[in-house]
Amino acid sequence: MTLPTYRADDDPGPSFVDLLGRVGQGPRWDVDGVPGAGESPLRMTHATTVVAVRCADGVVMAGDRRATAGHLISYRTMEKVFPADRHSGVAIAGAAGPAMEMVKLFQLQLEHYEKVEGGVLSLEGKANQLSQMVRSHLPAAMQGMAVVPLFAGFDTRRGVGRLFEYDVTGGRYEESDFAATGSGSLHAGTVIKLGYREGITTDDAIELAINALFQAADEDSATGGPDLIRGIFPMVATITAEGFGRLADDDVADRFRALLANLTATRSTTTVGSAPVAPTAPSGSKKKGGAAK
Amino acid sequence: MSMPFYVAPEQWMKDKADFARKGIARGRALAALVYDGGILICAENTSATLRKISEIYDRIAFAGAGRYNEYDRLRIAGVRHADLKGYSFSREDVDAQGLANAYAQMLGDVFTHEVKPMEVEILVAEVGESPEQDRLYHILYDGTVVDETGYTVLGGEAETISNRLNTTYQEGLDAASALRAAVSALAGSDRTLAPDELEVALLTRNGARRSFQRLDDTQVGELLGGEVDEPVIEPETGTDPTTSGAETPDPTEDD
Repeated sequence: MTLPTYRADDDPGPSFVDLLGRVGQGPRWDVDGVPGAGESPLRMTHATTVVAVRCADGVVMAGDRRATAGHLISYRTMEKVFPADRHSGVAIAGAAGPAMEMVKLFQLQLEHYEKVEGGVLSLEGKANQLSQMVRSHLPAAMQGMAVVPLFAGFDTRRGVGRLFEYDVTGGRYEESDFAATGSGSLHAGTVIKLGYREGITTDDAIELAINALFQAADEDSATGGPDLIRGIFPMVATITAEGFGRLADDDVADRFRALLANLTATRSTTTVGSAPVAPTAPSGSKKKGGAAK
Repeated sequence: MSMPFYVAPEQWMKDKADFARKGIARGRALAALVYDGGILICAENTSATLRKISEIYDRIAFAGAGRYNEYDRLRIAGVRHADLKGYSFSREDVDAQGLANAYAQMLGDVFTHEVKPMEVEILVAEVGESPEQDRLYHILYDGTVVDETGYTVLGGEAETISNRLNTTYQEGLDAASALRAAVSALAGSDRTLAPDELEVALLTRNGARRSFQRLDDTQVGELLGGEVDEPVIEPETGTDPTTSGAETPDPTEDD
């Protein structure tokens, strides 16, 4: 590989995506001209529910681990929450292939900018960059490969956590409290909405996100719940002044076990109190997440 | 058409080389040393914003001496080269040797074909898993690549400084001793260099994905003061890879 050098009036600047385009390696999502494109529904992998909750110290992001292809589970350990750079994270829902490519490019774009310019982009600037990437993906979205990310970060200049939602056209919407996207986002969002309060602590925000993902998995077949058999749990990350940090799997597992125990206890007391004639519902039949409707 | 005056190729090359050397000699020098925790690069630089030392990739740093606009252009080309290579292959496939060769080709081409050679000397440093795998490629204005071991000096008076460093340098120095050796070699016996006249960066060997770490004046002062061994590097050592995002400012480690 030779060194990519450009004349001053012809320089792609600090944008890695533009550079990729210049060397002819830009991602090509438009499927125009591909024989049969858009005619038969392809069996494509889809990633599902992710949430972000703003808390006193920053933002908590969480996502389930399931990827589906049609009605089948195609991947059980997918990660949907990624660090974008030191102080921000991106979570994805939608067509898994393009989504992961978009995350990879977005991470590189931020790092490339930082190295070329010698300083990091503002949080606003990062959110706008992602917006442009989603927008450039629109042709593919129209053909069924939509990618809808969440972007959250700690704004080091303002000292607060901020979060952004997107639509397939690249529309960028800053949310003040929480955001959810993906197939289970309706249920997850409702759970967070009910439990959210201003200035919530990081720990409580984690609990809330975990509860939201559990309830989403309980209602939505494409969202994966905690997999106790294989020891696979949703992924949770915090973004604070100290940066992006992924919660240890053991920690997440403990929180899910506590949630399950709590739900089980609540249900059995309710059963005993309100419906004494229910001998056919022993404790073993309770849903353990990811249940089919 | 009139005949140009004949100039022997030897003379032509010699004139170009003299011109480049003169330009480089006007710039202040920098030194890079392998120490027990990685590679330390120390430059004499009074500007707090115009950098001589920069990050290229996860384990690779760049340093330039001579004309700022010329080595900065090379630096950006290097970042592009490394990021493109990492994108099309894998992050592991980006190494200093490939980059040094690419730089050598470019500098050699410019030296041979252009009217004005580049008045720069550059360093491509890569930190490995062990000190034996550390690489210091010193690339000259004409594309000559020198694979240095232990330490190297670039810029004006490089030879004098290198001789001074030779007397103090030894393998396995800690960060503070390595920095003191570099600073005293750069300064010489008749002057001292304060932290705000220095630009110091490390490539650390402790597992974080992006090993490049710039030291600010306070950290340089602390190291030069020699109070504690490697106080700045402490927070980044020994982190559990699964929780490293929380401990180190390096979240993109597991992408």
